[in-house]
Amino acid sequence: MERIPILKMGPFLLVTIQIDLYDRLALTLENDLINMVSQTGARGVLIDISTVSIVDSFMGRILGNIASMSRIMDAETVVVGMQPAVAITLVELGLTLQGVYTALNVEKGMELLNTKLGDNLELDDDEEEDQDDRND
Amino acid sequence: MIVMTKDTMEIVREQDVVPFRNRVREFSTRIGMSLVNQTKLITAASELVRNMLKYASGGKVILEIISYNAKTGVRLTFKDEGPGIPDVAMAMRDGFSTGRSLGLGLPGAKRLVNEFDLKSNPGEGTTVTVIHWKNGR
Amino acid sequence: MNTTAQVLEKNKERILEKWMQNQLSDAALRDDLMTNDELQRQSREMLDGLLRAVSKGNYDNIYDTDFEQVTDTLRDISITRARQGFSPRETGAYVLSLKQSVIEVLVEQRQDDTSMLYREIMQLNTLLDNLSILTFETFIKGREEVILRQTDEISEISTPVIRVWDGILALPIIGTLDSARTQVVMENLLQEIVNTGSNIAILDISGVPAVDSLVAQHLIKTVSATRLMGAECIISGIRAEIAQTIVHLGIDLSNIKTKASLASALHLAFSMTNLEVRRTERHKGPKLMR
Repeated sequence: MERIPILKMGPFLLVTIQIDLYDRLALTLENDLINMVSQTGARGVLIDISTVSIVDSFMGRILGNIASMSRIMDAETVVVGMQPAVAITLVELGLTLQGVYTALNVEKGMELLNTKLGDNLELDDDEEEDQDDRND
Repeated sequence: MIVMTKDTMEIVREQDVVPFRNRVREFSTRIGMSLVNQTKLITAASELVRNMLKYASGGKVILEIISYNAKTGVRLTFKDEGPGIPDVAMAMRDGFSTGRSLGLGLPGAKRLVNEFDLKSNPGEGTTVTVIHWKNGR
Repeated sequence: MNTTAQVLEKNKERILEKWMQNQLSDAALRDDLMTNDELQRQSREMLDGLLRAVSKGNYDNIYDTDFEQVTDTLRDISITRARQGFSPRETGAYVLSLKQSVIEVLVEQRQDDTSMLYREIMQLNTLLDNLSILTFETFIKGREEVILRQTDEISEISTPVIRVWDGILALPIIGTLDSARTQVVMENLLQEIVNTGSNIAILDISGVPAVDSLVAQHLIKTVSATRLMGAECIISGIRAEIAQTIVHLGIDLSNIKTKASLASALHLAFSMTNLEVRRTERHKGPKLMR
């Protein structure tokens, strides 16, 4: 059975989706990712979809689910690198991924997570203005 | 209306979806459809093929490149012999679902393509036909 | 007794001569757009085809294969004339002056048999009227193609994405925002966000004449797509009357950052990216020549 690898990077988990997902594979990813958050106590999840060419309503729902489930476990989810064509299609479809954070690339996603969790992680003491990037 | 290329694919398992999507991409690339329009068509196709698998445990899809009034486009016809849709108007409504999903499949797919037609007879099955033109209008 | 086709064939040169005369005598004819030789050649080709079709006894169905050469030539002429900027009158006069010439010749040849002449004129009348309708259809189609191409070009050039600061893009929209245009705006903007890695996009609608619920819908879609990519979108250039319409129409823009002017949007963008613009204290520098 195919599986999508999940990498642990400090307090964050990184998933890079590089193949076309069919529904069962997406569900496995959801399951694996949530288990991993619970095992590692990760504070953030980065999902890189920069090479994904299609996000339909099912895949959108999985992304939303991962974000909601992680949030209950005190981890924030950032979806990074969505392609313009995918973003336009999702909006037309009527899906705006409410409650999911987004960033242009992994680096910016990491920055966003650090800012969000800045105080708790004590990574920077600067009082940075909290950017509200949540899609709500 | 002239049909320039035609192909039929049987969809019976979830794994058939990925090759099917690739075939739709191949057809739309062949007529020079832009990336955004390709993505819209494939996403709509993905929604419709999922419905077919979920509610009718599969069916077949006819893929065609068509030409009409100096416009070129891709036409997809999804045919199943499932239970059919009792209330089509209801099924086309945003957020309505009998299958615990977001209920965006049918109305969302309709928004993504240029032409959308749904025929369903309860007990006999459902046929959905979509057309997306090369330039998206 | 000769058939109509035979009469016409025998007098072909005379018809052509009269037709050329008719065309050239029209004061509106543009000899700057086409030489007489070219016109003569085109007209002969057209007449040959017409006589061939008529000799087969086909007077009604111009979509039949008999008329393929005629309709092809005619379409070709109409489309070319539409593109070259001929007026509808000039284009229409081409077939109508042929009708005139054919009838004149028939009148000369059939002086002894008026009932035959009547029948022939009726038949040719219908035929050439059909051809002239085809001319107009094609002419207008040619013009529409020109318009369509220009529309595409306009929407292409009218949506420049400007990089106003490192990480901040601005997109001034001028003109009506319909769904085709929104598509172009969205695609350009999102692509530029990827290319430049910008976090903030400012959509300035000062140049949009009116905002109705459809336009607002398009703006909201653009903002949503930008956010899905991981960037923030500010809408600026909201004039008083636009604000009034938005509220009267009950459009909810509360989730969207809006500013009255591009300047204040830029200010907001600066503060979102933790940038600050300050006036510097000018110290006494080297003395300038006055």
